[in-house]
Amino acid sequence: MSLLDYTATQLAEKIKNHEVSVLDAVNAVLEQIDSKEDTYNCYVTVDREGALKKAEEVQKKIDSGELTGPLAGVPVAIKDNMCTEGLLTTCSSKILGNFVPTYTSEAVINLEKAGAVIIGKTNMDEFAMGSTTETSAYGPTKNPRNPEHVPGGSSGGSAAAVAANECFYALGSDTGGSIRQPAGYCGVVGMKPTYSTVSRYGLIAYGSSLDQIGPLCKDVKDCATILETIASYDPKDSTSVKRDDTDFTSALVDDVKGMKIGIPRDYLGEGLDSEVKDAILKAADVLKSKGAIVEEFDLGLVEYAIPAYYTIAAAEASSNLERFDGIKYGYRTEEYTDLHNMYKKTRSEGFGPEVKRRIMLGSFVLSSGYYDAYYLKALRVKALIKKAFDDAFAKYDVILGPVAPTTAPKLGESLSDPIKMYLGDIYTISINLAGLPGICLPCGVDSKGLPIGLQLIGDCFKEKNIIQTAYAYEQARGDIIKEG
Amino acid sequence: MANVISDETIEYVGILAKLELNDEEKENAKKDMESMLDYIDKLNELDTTGVEPMSHVFPVNNVFREDVVTNGDDRENILKNAPEEQNGMFNVPKTFD
Repeated sequence: MSLLDYTATQLAEKIKNHEVSVLDAVNAVLEQIDSKEDTYNCYVTVDREGALKKAEEVQKKIDSGELTGPLAGVPVAIKDNMCTEGLLTTCSSKILGNFVPTYTSEAVINLEKAGAVIIGKTNMDEFAMGSTTETSAYGPTKNPRNPEHVPGGSSGGSAAAVAANECFYALGSDTGGSIRQPAGYCGVVGMKPTYSTVSRYGLIAYGSSLDQIGPLCKDVKDCATILETIASYDPKDSTSVKRDDTDFTSALVDDVKGMKIGIPRDYLGEGLDSEVKDAILKAADVLKSKGAIVEEFDLGLVEYAIPAYYTIAAAEASSNLERFDGIKYGYRTEEYTDLHNMYKKTRSEGFGPEVKRRIMLGSFVLSSGYYDAYYLKALRVKALIKKAFDDAFAKYDVILGPVAPTTAPKLGESLSDPIKMYLGDIYTISINLAGLPGICLPCGVDSKGLPIGLQLIGDCFKEKNIIQTAYAYEQARGDIIKEG
Repeated sequence: MANVISDETIEYVGILAKLELNDEEKENAKKDMESMLDYIDKLNELDTTGVEPMSHVFPVNNVFREDVVTNGDDRENILKNAPEEQNGMFNVPKTFD
């Protein structure tokens, strides 16, 4: 077994017992990056020097007994939309191609306090707008299970880096499925916590009412451990909620007896690949055989989630991305005639096509005369969707379904038809609208050898139900995915 | 109920969005927006009479604090990423004649 095969918590244990040094772990990851990165392109920036220096510092603190936590000394990759002081943060956009933040995002600070060693910043869809990591200004990331396929997105670089052993775990962000869907496509574990659980301070905003940071990692134990570490109440994020139940590792219990699990019939219908469907239902059977109560039900409103989401997300994006004006940071166009011309040229040259598409749509739905018909309508539909989930969670502890209708598509097949691409988000997007937590973990491979992701959704603040169910399933499932 | 986006509308949205599109981009943007709006119109199938628009799923309250300065002079850091600065200020193109 290579050092790289350890999970994050296994590695931390080995480091604690002095069987492996932090430097060994960092060097192993850097070597793996050297040999794989040309093929996969998981990173925008690899901070070799910073990581080696940090390894020494962290090792000293572990040796002195100052750092004793379950992630101390473990190399991590950070999605390139989280600010890291002194380290280039591009959002995979040309407009932030030279942006070196002067502060660090709260979630990353929480990891650093726990002894994490940052290896680098991972590739993503530009400003997290996309489902394939192909809209990055720095080239697409390839799926390590099969490099002819996309890794998913927008946290595709983070998911691929975990799958390719180019880090031991990673942080991603999830606005409409951007952690869970790439986790599914790459065969790793990914989780979006309840909205407000992880501080968004220092996360470059896309859709502020939907964005959440979460882990991408190798197993459910790592997932709970990382989430426990990054969750915190933060007055700097005015939507942050004070919780006293973030001891997520207490839910790592191999027992689902009596757990009530509902499978929405609406998630199994038209558009769902039959191999994906079979794998999901097989996973449900595994949980049933372990004592869970599993039944199908009608969730409703599923087909309205995508149009509501894209209206709200585009509106928030058009407002959030106004800050990129060529004055305070980032790219500024070379030649211009006056202030407004400078704004327009800077933004038109700095943003890619998908970002422009969403800014235009967002500006339109917020404009006077259309605001009520589009934006407020979408917010009303959001209220109905939340109500549908409230009704479901009155009956069930966990909702089970696929994370995406298919396994990872081939590179180059998705961007030409935006609506078709957006339809791929059908099982992930409503969870963001309703603020719910969701986890994705592998439950099989299709005939092409590509991973299939199982999604478990919980009620707000009930992460422990889905962590416990995922953990119990993982114990029964065993290993299914080998390095491609 | 196919939506039609006029040249004027695309021009106006370009002003709101602060984006300069060439003719080809304008045509593409029109088509994209038309098909997205056709799709979004699906929401009109739902009767939302009496449903309050929900901007946040949890109650969001103003976060108040005492009006006490907690951060120091951070001008150097704030200007560090500015494309152009002059005398400790952001430099912008001439805005008045």
